[in-house]
Amino acid sequence: MNKLFAILLLTLAALPVQADLKVFATVPEWAALAREIGGDKVQVYAATTAFQDPHRIEAKPSLLAQARQANLVVAAGADLEIGWLPLVLRDSGNAAIQPSQPGYFEASAWVNRLEVPTVLDRAHGDVHAAGNPHVHLDPRNVLKVGEALTARMAELDPAQAATYRSGFKTFAGKWQVAMARWEKEAAPLRGVGVLVHHRSFVYLENWLGMRELGALEPKPGIEPSSGHLTGLLARQQATPAKMVLRAAYQQDGPSLWIAGKAGIPAVLLPYTVGGTPEAKDLFGLFDDTLHRLLKGLN
Amino acid sequence: MQKSFAMAALLAASCAAQAAGSDADLAAIRAQIAEMKQSYEQRIAALENKLAEAESRTAQSAQSAQSAAAPVVAAPAAQSSASAFNPEVSLILQGKVRTSKDIANRGITGFFPTEVEGANARGFSADETELVLAANIDPYWRGQAIVAMADGQANIEEAWFQSLAIGHGVGLKAGRFRSGIGYINEQHPHARDFADAPLMYQAMFGDSYAQDGVQLKWLAPTPLFVEFGAELGRGANFPGTDRNRNGAGGSALYVHVGDDLGISNNWRVGLSWLKTKASERSAEFTDLGGVAAQGAFTGDSTTWLADFVWKWAPNGNPKYQNFKFQGEYFSRQEKGALNCSSDDPLSLCNVAVESSYRTRQSGWYTQGVYQFTPEWRAGLRYEQLDSGTRDFGLNAANLAVDAYKPKKTTAMVDYSWSEFSRVRLQYAQDKSMAGITDNQWTLQYIMSLGAHGAHKF
Repeated sequence: MNKLFAILLLTLAALPVQADLKVFATVPEWAALAREIGGDKVQVYAATTAFQDPHRIEAKPSLLAQARQANLVVAAGADLEIGWLPLVLRDSGNAAIQPSQPGYFEASAWVNRLEVPTVLDRAHGDVHAAGNPHVHLDPRNVLKVGEALTARMAELDPAQAATYRSGFKTFAGKWQVAMARWEKEAAPLRGVGVLVHHRSFVYLENWLGMRELGALEPKPGIEPSSGHLTGLLARQQATPAKMVLRAAYQQDGPSLWIAGKAGIPAVLLPYTVGGTPEAKDLFGLFDDTLHRLLKGLN
Repeated sequence: MQKSFAMAALLAASCAAQAAGSDADLAAIRAQIAEMKQSYEQRIAALENKLAEAESRTAQSAQSAQSAAAPVVAAPAAQSSASAFNPEVSLILQGKVRTSKDIANRGITGFFPTEVEGANARGFSADETELVLAANIDPYWRGQAIVAMADGQANIEEAWFQSLAIGHGVGLKAGRFRSGIGYINEQHPHARDFADAPLMYQAMFGDSYAQDGVQLKWLAPTPLFVEFGAELGRGANFPGTDRNRNGAGGSALYVHVGDDLGISNNWRVGLSWLKTKASERSAEFTDLGGVAAQGAFTGDSTTWLADFVWKWAPNGNPKYQNFKFQGEYFSRQEKGALNCSSDDPLSLCNVAVESSYRTRQSGWYTQGVYQFTPEWRAGLRYEQLDSGTRDFGLNAANLAVDAYKPKKTTAMVDYSWSEFSRVRLQYAQDKSMAGITDNQWTLQYIMSLGAHGAHKF
């Protein structure tokens, strides 16, 4: 009996040593990146799916239970998860993932953010003080974040540091080649004017040289109103948009309405990994995004 | 490593060049190489930045870790002044217009009268204005204060600090806080789905239970959410009284279990226990002759609570549509002595009578709220209490014992322009007082200024 107890204790003590690095990613794109870097050496939990607005999540019991056991939280940052992540972190009782610790990683801190507001006033809607948080749709940002994330994972799990570095190297090699291909494929999209549901595609447009002519939301976080949509439609005469974009988690009604009236295609983009059946991983995400954009153009 | 990697990429590109051949393709490849070069230059610049950052960090290692989080971009408008450390501030404006019967001494028949502040307020009122201040204190602690302001008064609703750095699933909170018992207890009025607290909470605590003390929580390291909580405090609020003694006057224990069910459903159940003591907790009674008398209770009060909440949203995305169903049940036992007294010479209690006092009472509510568009929600609540057994001992010969089952049905619809503003219309048929059916209409607004609110489950 005593022996059994001793064995049990030893097993329990040995458990943390064998355990993989546990990554709690708030959004699917950074979960996918952590998997690319860590391969089978990491356990990655994605707190949201491509069909969930990452801003409107609640501090659910399942999230608390997962955060409790995580070694590393990978957040989008720039206030995207402000409604729920701070609460999850504080109530998790996990000291390692608090924002001042190495176990907390904010992707948007490692890239040049766009649309950093000069005036902070909610009269402009639910604006983010740190700029537009949807940074991953520029593949150059994915690379920057990947590099920083690799360094962080290596810091937290020195035993697997070499694995993470080589995992990232392989990924980055493939990514560079894919990026060159995407940029070539996307040449026809340069200068194309688009409407968007929410301002989720700013980095994509910036990368491909597309022009955003308006958003269906009158202000960030405010639902499209018929008055605002009619206004957008009127502008279509002077500055014609070629298509209207929305993410997989956004309602299709407003896009379809304006697309029907203006005679332009409403294009659903995966927005993140898992948003469409084709967007199985980060490569699939960009392949499918470009495929859908180019199809919308023709 | 960087170099060999760049070489490999170039090699790959040149292989592609041999395969292609035409000038146009060559130009494209040159463009790609230029792009890659540019991308590398960006990365090198980023690394240089990082190096400089790291150097400056070692130079000023005393600086907070927070500022080191932005190697590429400096935080917008980095303020060096002391005001940059101001806490997160939010202000909640709540006001309403209400119509109901004019009943001076509102209470719940069959229950020890608890004071529900402003329960009989009719017409327009600005209600309470709530000021919330919160910030990290240092790497170890976070603090929060909530002050509810009304005419001529400012109540400290909550003022506590909580641990950030203990780890192992342990959370420690100390100060004045809303107890973690039940489900709705921790919610402030502005976060609730109806304009008033359930009858059950009014009967149990007046509105909700808060105390000065310490709270210790432990979250189990399991994929299933299992949380244990224990509280020890002053216990000065109803059902206890302030007894100004050394040691604890109230204690609570609770456990919460929760999880997801598929991608669209989330649930949580809880069981809580609250024990507190009262000393001469006085209230108005009516004696058998119909004359007003004072009853003062001294003894133990034990409350058990069971709660559950289930939330559904298509694909787990609550923004456009979601449904929330919750219910709570309580059972309270009070044991001790009741002193009956009255200044009225006609009263049976004109000469004070001391007797034993033993009650067992219960109640429940259940409610569903459906958000059918991003802006609109509608909800229905039904609740019932049971005055249960009330044994007044010798005083049974003096005091009227009301046996009654108070009931209330409430319906509401609310509209939110954004996450920060809401207006609500509520209708309630309130039968909480025997023989009275009170039809209440409430039009309420809730406006949140400042820091983004927390999406608590």
